[in-house]
Amino acid sequence: MKSEQSALQVRGLTKRFDRLAVDALDLTVRSGEFYALVGPNGAGKTTTLRMVAGLLRPDAGSVAIFGIDALGEPVAAKQRMAWVSDEPMIYDKLTPLEYLEFVAGLWGVDAQPAQQSARDLLVSLGLEPHLGERCEGFSKGMRQKVALAGALVHDPSLIILDEPLTGLDAVSARHVKGLLGERVRAGATVIMTTHILEVAERMADRIGVIAAGRLVAEGTLAELRQQNGRSDTSLEDLFIALVDVEAAA
Amino acid sequence: MSSDAALTWFARHELRLAWREWLAMMTGGRRRRKRAVAIGLIVFAAFMHIPAWAVIGRFADLRLPLDKSSLIVITASIFLGWALMLSQAIESVTRVFYARADLDLLVSSPVNLTNVFSIRIAAIALSITAMALLLSTPFVDVLVIAGGARWLSAFGVVVAIGLWAAAIAIAVTIMLFRLIGPARTRLVAQILAAIIGAGFVIALQVAAILSYGTLSRFAVLTSDAAAAIAPGIDSVVWWPARAALGDGEALLLLLSVGLVLLGVVMAMFSASFADTAVSASVHAGSGPQGIRPKTFRGGSRQQALRRKEFVLLRRDPWLISQTLMQLLYLVPPALLLWRSFADSSTAIILITPVIVMAAGQLAGGLAWLTISGEDAADLVATAPLPPARIIRAKIEVVLIAIGMIFAPLVLALGVASPPQAAVTAVGVIIGATCATSIQLWFRVQAKRSQFRRRQTSSRLATFAEAFSSIGWAATAALAFVVPTAAIISGAMTAALLAATWKLSPQRG
Repeated sequence: MKSEQSALQVRGLTKRFDRLAVDALDLTVRSGEFYALVGPNGAGKTTTLRMVAGLLRPDAGSVAIFGIDALGEPVAAKQRMAWVSDEPMIYDKLTPLEYLEFVAGLWGVDAQPAQQSARDLLVSLGLEPHLGERCEGFSKGMRQKVALAGALVHDPSLIILDEPLTGLDAVSARHVKGLLGERVRAGATVIMTTHILEVAERMADRIGVIAAGRLVAEGTLAELRQQNGRSDTSLEDLFIALVDVEAAA
Repeated sequence: MSSDAALTWFARHELRLAWREWLAMMTGGRRRRKRAVAIGLIVFAAFMHIPAWAVIGRFADLRLPLDKSSLIVITASIFLGWALMLSQAIESVTRVFYARADLDLLVSSPVNLTNVFSIRIAAIALSITAMALLLSTPFVDVLVIAGGARWLSAFGVVVAIGLWAAAIAIAVTIMLFRLIGPARTRLVAQILAAIIGAGFVIALQVAAILSYGTLSRFAVLTSDAAAAIAPGIDSVVWWPARAALGDGEALLLLLSVGLVLLGVVMAMFSASFADTAVSASVHAGSGPQGIRPKTFRGGSRQQALRRKEFVLLRRDPWLISQTLMQLLYLVPPALLLWRSFADSSTAIILITPVIVMAAGQLAGGLAWLTISGEDAADLVATAPLPPARIIRAKIEVVLIAIGMIFAPLVLALGVASPPQAAVTAVGVIIGATCATSIQLWFRVQAKRSQFRRRQTSSRLATFAEAFSSIGWAATAALAFVVPTAAIISGAMTAALLAATWKLSPQRG
């Protein structure tokens, strides 16, 4: 049974660059939920999540993380969440353990439990043989795993991931999906953008479809099918139908 | 396409890439700036004739045959230029090796790699020589205007030593690669480039201090002792000097040897250049293995930030080579300090501006690396810390590092002359703070690996940082000699900083 408290509540979120990227978006993600945000390239998924994570200032609208106004009290909101981008940003000259020590320090986690948690995370992601190596020689998949471990080491309540499976091989992708599933079962909330619709279909409690900066559909897979009157179609077919309708509009 | 046509096509491709890279470096990647950059370069080149006149104008009347002292001074100047070109060439070759860029494409294409990499070697030589020609033009112009067309052969000497430098740089780098492996070559080559670039000047200064108690290099070069140990007038050692003065035979020989040297290097190394470059790029990211995991340390969030910055600075190859170079530059003043302490000489005053200038320059580099060069910008931006505290922690790192490097020297100075040590300490603090402030005002998010291109993000910041360091160094030096002038110099430097702040994007 999922809690009904909102992990994330976005109202009227708007961002314009040279064109409107996010258009008065409303979005609510419940606590303990695995929420997948899907949409075509340039739909506004990453921009939305970057505003939620505090990396971009919205032109208008509000963002609340577990009831905390993320624009008014960014530090308190950031304390409860983690962000992982599609391009893993880690320090080449640090080892995975040193990187996780730094992240734990930034979030003010006590050293001893952080060390144990860091080691467990890296081992579970298959990085045990590389604990003492600097990250500069790592492949993109390994870097992505280090970045993910960094996001989880401070035990965030809300985990925001932008295309976390990009560049991962099948085994690594399974590791990551397993880890995220565990976190959700432990009560954390996960919001993830992905182009791999099968992942959204299999892992997400609810799916939001975003196009041209607006949420065009939202719900469980069954609800999405029902809303579109296609009872046994795949998410891929639904997605294409929804996006085509939006593009035609 | 025939083999010859393919080579010509590839040569054109390399030249186009080199030209665009240079253009991007000059314009900061903004196409609209081309005209402004062209005007700026012309004005700068015209302006450079003034210091060139001051430095070299008095030598324009020199004619062959020359006395030994003149030959020594000219040869040493040419050797200095060559050392700087060699340093630059080693950097260029290392860059070619470690940047993956188009290596995969080239190696997987159906072309003769030996020919392709021969052209790449030639392109390195050409770019080094072109840059040297550009920088030497004001000096040669002055000599030609004041001394006649015979000085035009100095351009030929620049080309010849450019060929020598490129050939030796390629040979040295490939030998290093074979001797110590790809993982270590990058760092060692950077350090070597720094030492070669600074080494000759420093060695002359050290010799001048030890022999004559002055920082002037000319004291050594024009001394009887130097003339006594120098080879005879007819020696081949003086051919570069003779070539510069218009001796066609000497110039032809220099150019021929340079071309032969480059040809030999091409013949010897072109075939293996591809393998070397590929294995270097594969190892480009691999650092030391097996670092023993340490126990996590507690502390505040700022402490975590500071610790991270110190570890990254300690492991930064550029920083190691630059710090080493700055420390090398401090060797002559340190020696002078030591001698002056024994002799009670007034030359000790010269130490202060050198230290203040070095502190400002190093602080600017450190500040860029810590403030702008953030590899995990998203992570730091999403951390639960106010941005002001993040910036403060980074500034603290710069100032602590500067303190650790310069405090021992200032303390040593304090033993010889406490008032001068106090002025030097204040100069170091102000110089470092100003350089850090400029980097703060002009901060841009970038990868640490982009350090070499930091100047392109803002020419204003680069010039302001340089003039600030020079200004505070001059102010500190004048404080002992003409205090009123120090006040004026300090006020001018402060005004420059105020203007820089006014024009900075971070204002307000």
